[in-house]
Amino acid sequence: MKTTQFLFSGFGGQGILFAGKFLAYKGLIEGKQVSWLPSYGPEMRGGTASCSVIVSDEAVGSPIVSKPDVLIAMNLPSLDRFEGAVAPGGIIFADSTLIERKVTRTDVKAIYVPATKLASDNGFPTLANMILLGKILSELGEFNDAGVEAALAKVISAKHADMKEINLKALRLGAGQ
Amino acid sequence: MSEKVLMKGNEAIAEAAIVAGCRHYFGYPITPQTEIAAYMAKKMPKIGGTFLQAESEIAAINMVYGVSSAGLRVMTSSSSPGVSLKGEGLSYLAGADLPALIVNVQRGGPGLGGIQPSQSDYFQATRGGGHGDYHMIVLAPSSVQEMAELTVKGFELADQYRMTAMILADGTMGQMMEPVALDDLKVAPMPAKPWATTGTGMKRPHNIVNSLFLKPEELEKTNFERYERYAKIQATEARAEEYRMEDAEIAVAAFGIAARVSKNAVDEARKMGIKAGLIRPITLWPFPNEVFRKAAGHVKAMISVELSMGQMIEDVRLASECRVPVTLCNRAGGMIPTPEQVLEAIVAAAKGGC
Amino acid sequence: MIVFQKPKALTDAPFHYCPGCTHGIIHRLVAEVIDELGIEGKTIGIAPVGCSVMAYDYFNCDMIEAAHGRAPAVATGVKRANPENIVFTYQGDGDLASIGMAETVHSAARNENITVIFINNAIYGMTGGQMAPTSLPGQVTQTSPYGRDVKACGYPIRVCEMLSELEGPEYLERVTVNSVANVRKAKKAIKKAFQNQIDGKGFSLIEVISSCPTNWGMTPQAALKWIDEKMIPYYPLGVYKDRSAKKEEEAK
Repeated sequence: MKTTQFLFSGFGGQGILFAGKFLAYKGLIEGKQVSWLPSYGPEMRGGTASCSVIVSDEAVGSPIVSKPDVLIAMNLPSLDRFEGAVAPGGIIFADSTLIERKVTRTDVKAIYVPATKLASDNGFPTLANMILLGKILSELGEFNDAGVEAALAKVISAKHADMKEINLKALRLGAGQ
Repeated sequence: MSEKVLMKGNEAIAEAAIVAGCRHYFGYPITPQTEIAAYMAKKMPKIGGTFLQAESEIAAINMVYGVSSAGLRVMTSSSSPGVSLKGEGLSYLAGADLPALIVNVQRGGPGLGGIQPSQSDYFQATRGGGHGDYHMIVLAPSSVQEMAELTVKGFELADQYRMTAMILADGTMGQMMEPVALDDLKVAPMPAKPWATTGTGMKRPHNIVNSLFLKPEELEKTNFERYERYAKIQATEARAEEYRMEDAEIAVAAFGIAARVSKNAVDEARKMGIKAGLIRPITLWPFPNEVFRKAAGHVKAMISVELSMGQMIEDVRLASECRVPVTLCNRAGGMIPTPEQVLEAIVAAAKGGC
Repeated sequence: MIVFQKPKALTDAPFHYCPGCTHGIIHRLVAEVIDELGIEGKTIGIAPVGCSVMAYDYFNCDMIEAAHGRAPAVATGVKRANPENIVFTYQGDGDLASIGMAETVHSAARNENITVIFINNAIYGMTGGQMAPTSLPGQVTQTSPYGRDVKACGYPIRVCEMLSELEGPEYLERVTVNSVANVRKAKKAIKKAFQNQIDGKGFSLIEVISSCPTNWGMTPQAALKWIDEKMIPYYPLGVYKDRSAKKEEEAK
């Protein structure tokens, strides 16, 4: 019986909600119980956006993640705000392009990925979220081509099918970091 | 088992309404329920239905009154301040015995309040919402799947008893995504509505949809008849989920998102050796009195967990006939109790420190 | 030879209206039009709150009693549910131009395919003679005992003129029923408003300048005269909008 609680946080427009949805769908496809809960309100563009995702072997109780096992911080305010909330033994993934400081806690694992820089260097400047996701999945031992591709098919509508390839590229790039 | 898709609670309500045969939706934008209107705006024109953004919540509920008079399934949705505006129409729908589905995705109040989740419209919903003696059937979903299922159920109950049914959700339930299987939804056929104003066709006396009775003895009669119907509903339609209640000594009462949080706390309490259980009312009106009455026979204490200043707690006390102490564990104004807060309340109750 | 008979679209229920009230005439005109167009079996009437609140007892077609001011919203619902029905509202000035102004304006703006019969008698009748949104400057009512003071209460609203500024509505006409000739003209207007709906042309509103002898404190005859002398100068009769006619004219 395993439950993993994820908290994604960053600026509106960084693809926080999309990244969460991808992760939830991947869980669903792999037969897990999942929930996805966004922060909502006027911060949708530009302000701080966050999103709770729970992937579990059993029914999800509260969908609100207050003690994340995994924190994905895509900007400094997010790290400042949520670092203290991470469960002991948890992991913090930080976009080191946008967050200059290090994680101060010693009872959690910190992984730094220059996701924003990698994204612009590789020609997909809006996909830092997917690079981070790739790294998370490989770190958790959850990266498998079938699951990743199936989840992408769910979150990318037919209208934007051409975006699938580039998202996959970003995920793989992240996984290789 | 059909394929599950991830859907927001608000979208699940909208899709389930369409599955239930609702082809007329009237609404007005308000956070955090606007996804329902957006979904309807997209879908209705494609299936020959009506989506209309009304000039106000008041107009929207009266358009609902019109479609319901015409005998068709119809709904509107809003959030707390908007539902207050609908209060007039809710009362008229009740007075004219018209079925309809109303969705309230609650946010904090009073006044303009905030946009974060709340359960502080419990009194308004369970006591009718407008003026006069009447009730609505009030359903409280606690998962996205239940948002869909209870929407269908709401239409069915509304038609069966010729009254309004309300889905009382909150911002969390509306905004969260969970897997949902819509193909599994079963919809009972809509009953005949010989009372509907669809035109006499010169074949029958005219039908009148009306809530005006100037003679008090006539108006009293309609009230008594309506309450006979309500008594039947109270006897047959009350529903609750009981979780780990068989041997429970502490009963947590919570609905909607509060029940989700409480379930985690109950599990944690059990790990600590405290016999805690959860009673989750699915119907808030009729309130599942019997479940609480029975529980009062074997628990030491009850805790009402709410996103309000304590509203359902009054029904919990009434239903448990004051045989056990009932305490309140709450947050308000858009805040949500954490499992830790509920656990603390359980521990305190177990120690007898209520 | 039949000299006179009650329209088939009216029930046998005796009207409760005061002696000299023009509601009876207007009910009759609406019923005659329904008979002549042969639409009783598919017509749905929406009654307001006000003196004509019990109109549902007087018309033989299916009837709905709406909340105060909400008849156009209810009519919108009915028409959208069953577009083949002919849907009319029958509303007074307090109902249509005060508490229900938003519903009036927006159903007109949407060019909702309904017929609105608007009774303007410059007073709240049912509640005993209070100031209406259409009460004239200086008019004494229960709630304007010293005469309507426009500085404090604002000016009466000319509904047809106001709605005529909207792109939406198909047809707007103001008529009255204070003489045989005017009754004939009123009937023609009401018939056009129903025919427009049958033809799918959209929102038609007929404002009927009416009398309220009881609350105006006059004899019925004096009240009809007051319409000519006081009401019509402020509320001129005529067609305020006829989109189809305008289109035809432009085509020529």
